[in-house]
Amino acid sequence: MTNLIEIKGVTHAYRTKAGPLPVLDNLNVSVPEGEFCAVVGPSGCGKSTLTRLVAGLMKPDRGEVWLHGERVTSPRKTVGMAFQNPVLLEWRTILDNVILPLEIVAPRMPQRDREDRAMHLLEMVGLKGFEGKRPSELSGGMRQRASLCRSIVHKPDVLIMDEPFGALDAFTREDLWQTMRDLRAAEPFTCVLITHDLRESVFLGDQVIVLSGRPARTQHVLTVDLPADRTIESLYTPKATEMLHLLREQIRIAQGRDGDVH
Amino acid sequence: MDMIKKIAVPVGAIIAFLLFWEFIVWVNDWPNYKMASPSDLPPAFARYSHLFIEMGWQTLWRTVAGLGLAVLVGTLLGMAMGFSRIARDALYPLLVGFNAIPKATLVPVIALIFIGQHDFNTVLMAFLISFFPIAVSVGIGLSTLEPEYRDILRSLGASKVTIFRKIALPKTLPEFFGALKVSVTLAFIGTNLVEIVSPHGRGLGALFKSGETNGDYPLMFAVLIALAVLGIVLYYAVVALERIFAGWAERPQG
Repeated sequence: MTNLIEIKGVTHAYRTKAGPLPVLDNLNVSVPEGEFCAVVGPSGCGKSTLTRLVAGLMKPDRGEVWLHGERVTSPRKTVGMAFQNPVLLEWRTILDNVILPLEIVAPRMPQRDREDRAMHLLEMVGLKGFEGKRPSELSGGMRQRASLCRSIVHKPDVLIMDEPFGALDAFTREDLWQTMRDLRAAEPFTCVLITHDLRESVFLGDQVIVLSGRPARTQHVLTVDLPADRTIESLYTPKATEMLHLLREQIRIAQGRDGDVH
Repeated sequence: MDMIKKIAVPVGAIIAFLLFWEFIVWVNDWPNYKMASPSDLPPAFARYSHLFIEMGWQTLWRTVAGLGLAVLVGTLLGMAMGFSRIARDALYPLLVGFNAIPKATLVPVIALIFIGQHDFNTVLMAFLISFFPIAVSVGIGLSTLEPEYRDILRSLGASKVTIFRKIALPKTLPEFFGALKVSVTLAFIGTNLVEIVSPHGRGLGALFKSGETNGDYPLMFAVLIALAVLGIVLYYAVVALERIFAGWAERPQG
């Protein structure tokens, strides 16, 4: 299996008034095709910078980002993005929001086909019947579902998610994990998920990458050894507990407070 | 039922106001050269109806032309300020300073520069007085666009023009129409300012002035009412446009 995403020795610093602020330091990440890679780390460690680099929205100071054996230097049509804020456009209906990427990526696709494709996804995430509503008429969880549909409607190779479930309550979040799992089974894509929820990383991830505190380096890579058809129940098995414990330990080290904090 | 209420309430309020006005004039026994009463108005309108139509049209088209110019230039200035920090830093103090100048002082200046160009002067003043709110609100609307909104399209390789057309422009429309409601009133004031301060026989302002010269007080009041009606028409025209183009910003009540 080839690596779809290859991040090699990426170093990046933001220029601030107080001098350069290094956020990534010689970061290396490989994600094989079809894999789900969860990235966790202390807050402010440069996780969001990582998503912007993979999406081609930024260029690193040093190092290389490769997608599909091609070096990323600018945005590509084969990427989908989802953020913590669902950023739905209030002047469009839910259906038209989901269609938006197709208008850019496939300008010649007939409107009928676009709508069919969007409706198919909305049905999968349980939003059938809401396609004509405005975003403000939906709950936070439903908006995030619509946002997920929009991020994969154009069948991207890579889905980049930056804490997409961060603003949702715990139970809605678990519902969305399962939606995500089902979407992935139906529509294979390679995924990078930035999160600060360790249970989320273990439930969804094939591998979990722990980043160190700023500037971020790859501190630990955990291969999630759970079956593909996971349920919330899987998180309560001894194996999952063991992994969660290990990740928590790694976060503690990343925060630089090993030992003296409970 | 709701529809009837929607019309009946404002119409009722206007009738109540006119009755109150009539009553005050009657109780004080004011002659119509001191304060005209509503019952003096219909004869004044009837007598000069052709003038009202002709001059009302002149006021209307010059206001709309000035406002159109303000929309065009204001939007362009707003775009420059919204997209470029340098443009914002450079233009802001200039615009604020210009806006602070009382426009009445500009009337003689303009009248001297473009001597005899009455229509042009009037349109220019309507424009000068009304472009500022549009420029500022478009500028703020564009510069406060959250980066994520841009990123959803930018990550797909969309061009700047596409991002502007699909995201920035519609997202700024509610602010734009908010400013337009202010501007339409201002443009109207600008037109009348020139018509009254520098009269040249055109527009409702000039009709007002001639009423003053001839001591025809009912005519002056009739002009004021005509101006008010025209102002209401213009304002609600903007509201109607807002409903069509930015109706989504209006959340359902309740």
